[in-house]
Amino acid sequence: MFNIIQKTIKTGIVTARYPDEAAKISENFRGRPAFDFEKWKDARPAAEVCPTGAISLRDKSDSRRVTVDYGLCVFCGLCADASSDQAVQITREFELATMDRHKLVLTAEYALNADGTHQQLREVQFQSGHTDTDVETLGRKARENIHKLLRRSLAIREVDAGSCNGCELEIVALNNPIHDIERFGIQFVASPRHADMLLVTGPVSRNMELALLKTYRAMADPKVVVAVGACGISGGIFGANYASLGGVDKVLPVDVYVPGCPPRPQALLHGILLAVGCLAQRLDSDTAVNQKA
Amino acid sequence: MTQPAFPLFEALRQKFGAQIQSLTADREDETYLTLNDPDIRPITNYLRGEFGARLVMVFAEDRRASEGVFFNYYVFDQKGSSRYLLVRTPIRPDDPSFPSLSAELPAVNWQEREIQDWFGLKAVEHPNPRRVALHDNWPDVHPLRKDFPLETVLPPFEGERHIYRPALGEGVFQVPVGPVHAGIIEPGHFNFAVAGEPILYLQLRMFYTHKGTEKLFEKLPIPKAVFLAESISGDSSFSHGTAFCQAIERAAQMEIPLRALVMRTILLELERLCNHVADIGAIATDVGFVIANAHASRLKEMLVMLNEQLTGSRLLRGMICVGGVRRGWNAVQRDTLCSTIDSFAREFQDLIGMIDSSESTRDRLEQTGVLKHEKARDLGIVGVAGRASGIDLDTRRDHPYAAYSRYSLRVPVYEAGDVWHRMQVRIEEVRDSISIIRKAVDESLKGEFCAPARAIPSDRCALGAVEGWRGEIIHWIRTGTDNHLERCKIKDPSLNNWPALVEAVQGNIIADFPVINKSFNLSYSGTDR
Repeated sequence: MFNIIQKTIKTGIVTARYPDEAAKISENFRGRPAFDFEKWKDARPAAEVCPTGAISLRDKSDSRRVTVDYGLCVFCGLCADASSDQAVQITREFELATMDRHKLVLTAEYALNADGTHQQLREVQFQSGHTDTDVETLGRKARENIHKLLRRSLAIREVDAGSCNGCELEIVALNNPIHDIERFGIQFVASPRHADMLLVTGPVSRNMELALLKTYRAMADPKVVVAVGACGISGGIFGANYASLGGVDKVLPVDVYVPGCPPRPQALLHGILLAVGCLAQRLDSDTAVNQKA
Repeated sequence: MTQPAFPLFEALRQKFGAQIQSLTADREDETYLTLNDPDIRPITNYLRGEFGARLVMVFAEDRRASEGVFFNYYVFDQKGSSRYLLVRTPIRPDDPSFPSLSAELPAVNWQEREIQDWFGLKAVEHPNPRRVALHDNWPDVHPLRKDFPLETVLPPFEGERHIYRPALGEGVFQVPVGPVHAGIIEPGHFNFAVAGEPILYLQLRMFYTHKGTEKLFEKLPIPKAVFLAESISGDSSFSHGTAFCQAIERAAQMEIPLRALVMRTILLELERLCNHVADIGAIATDVGFVIANAHASRLKEMLVMLNEQLTGSRLLRGMICVGGVRRGWNAVQRDTLCSTIDSFAREFQDLIGMIDSSESTRDRLEQTGVLKHEKARDLGIVGVAGRASGIDLDTRRDHPYAAYSRYSLRVPVYEAGDVWHRMQVRIEEVRDSISIIRKAVDESLKGEFCAPARAIPSDRCALGAVEGWRGEIIHWIRTGTDNHLERCKIKDPSLNNWPALVEAVQGNIIADFPVINKSFNLSYSGTDR
């Protein structure tokens, strides 16, 4: 007993202060690949090596459309390695969660050259999902919401709908003393009946389709759904096939998408806090409706 | 191709000459014996009886287009030899069946049924021929046949998923659990039959996370397929990735630079450390010793942050590639590795001291969830669970790969087979991993980290074996044209080991199930694919 107390005192407080302070991440961490569309002269090598088709090309006779989908990205970094023109750079950005699936998709229109390269960027649809990037504010707001609207507790039910278990490892890490998600009043619960939020991983295997639906239906309203990881968003490397449906939104309405393969714990936390905002809105409007009635 | 000379093969030629069509070896440690007919039983009995060989795995391949038949492959491993023997038996499409070995060799029970489900080849006289890999409500399809397209959209499923054996008798009742479990874990269904608290028997329904992985391997170009291999089982990303790349490298006869082999060794051991320390903590949690888990999960976080520093990914993803590894590391990274391992080693001692000083923890874990040696042997249990029950197997020692032959290795083996000893195996392996990493570190800085790319010849078969932290991982591939694969067979150790859980829980109280399950910590995704 004595050695346990001694060890505890010696260890001290280890909990990280994210999002109030910047996340401590390695300088080698591979986050969002950033694309300099002006500079990019040839997207073919990157599109060719991308394991999930997150970078894709559509060529017409004189034009080319390049599409980048962060919802498919597994953050392998091959696109940056393959692009000789330095137009693709791996950044350390990880706060990519968004409420709008379309915000994860960028498109650029080019004039196509005869040699297969492209030039004259005509149009970029660059809707980075960073309208809510200020994570500090997000964190503060989420805490206020949890405090006021949710009576200091938010309950999450996690469902693995066919993941490789990578996302689960990072979700479990949210409960370790470093990330300690309970400091927000957020806890993972055993029953969907107790849950406000459904956190779903995996491409939704055919064999998990029914269980996922039943879990969702067992939850009380209002509720929010968070799709986690490349698989949860789009099917990821598995895509859609005879045994996989290719993403959570094929089965359920999804409120927040959290890119990553898997998303690191801070990225998950960012997505969960974003979803708290959705839930708070829903609660607010429910209250308004009730008051009218 | 050479005609391999080896006492075992001589004996086989003499005894089964008439049944043998060919005996070939592309590589010294991997021999293919092709038979004229599907009857594998006499050779299996002979190999097991006379040579003490172990049947490692069974799988099938659809070769109707090129050779007019299906083939079953039986992979044998002989104790004390680093050679694998693969026996190929032809199965004619007009008689799609093969004799089952499961009655005598329960180890292949699920694997034979998997062949039934995925290839539509019947295992004749199988003691329990029901579906395993496809649920009962699936239509009559055989997804790994070549004429079944990967993208097939199946109609909505109807009917029962699985009919469980009823639990009968006064005071006997059933406890169904899953597929969605209480904790943050993978899905599967457990059906317990209990009489009061003790468990009479447990029925498992797996394959909830089946997502067509083996079929998908046939679609992806090899460099992309590496990422699929990393996603077979998330906690073994690097081990599965390595097994896959090793198979490709063997097929292409590539020479891998020493530095790459050493770096792979270090990363494989880091993966082992992460998972073992997490499991030790989780076992402690399941008997109420939460503070030990708080420290264990803190130590795991320390290691995953090191992973990120070394590879850019907390799960070591995007590091392995065909030919070596994708990036070298510099002196700064090396120093972080050394200092993190030093502080990890110190803190790990404290953690184990904490657990050892708790009599009540030991009391809960000893003689809980016993897997007897004979059962473990019959079921073909591998890895941590096998070693805790006296099965002395470790691919690192028995079939050396990466740079393991350069370092001395201790393989802890116990007889007791309870939760406590499965934890002891992990504790000893953690200590051994630390010493391997410390020895390997100096060789990880100089030289090439990847062999030059080379074209991968078509129609070559090769096997890649890795001792993942859980146990023996095997990938078998046949290369196709244009940098693609014809077939990729994956065997995660969990596939063998799930039935061990059924044995180990019998007679235990249902409240001890979580800790027994955790002491095996098997992969659902690795099993289901």
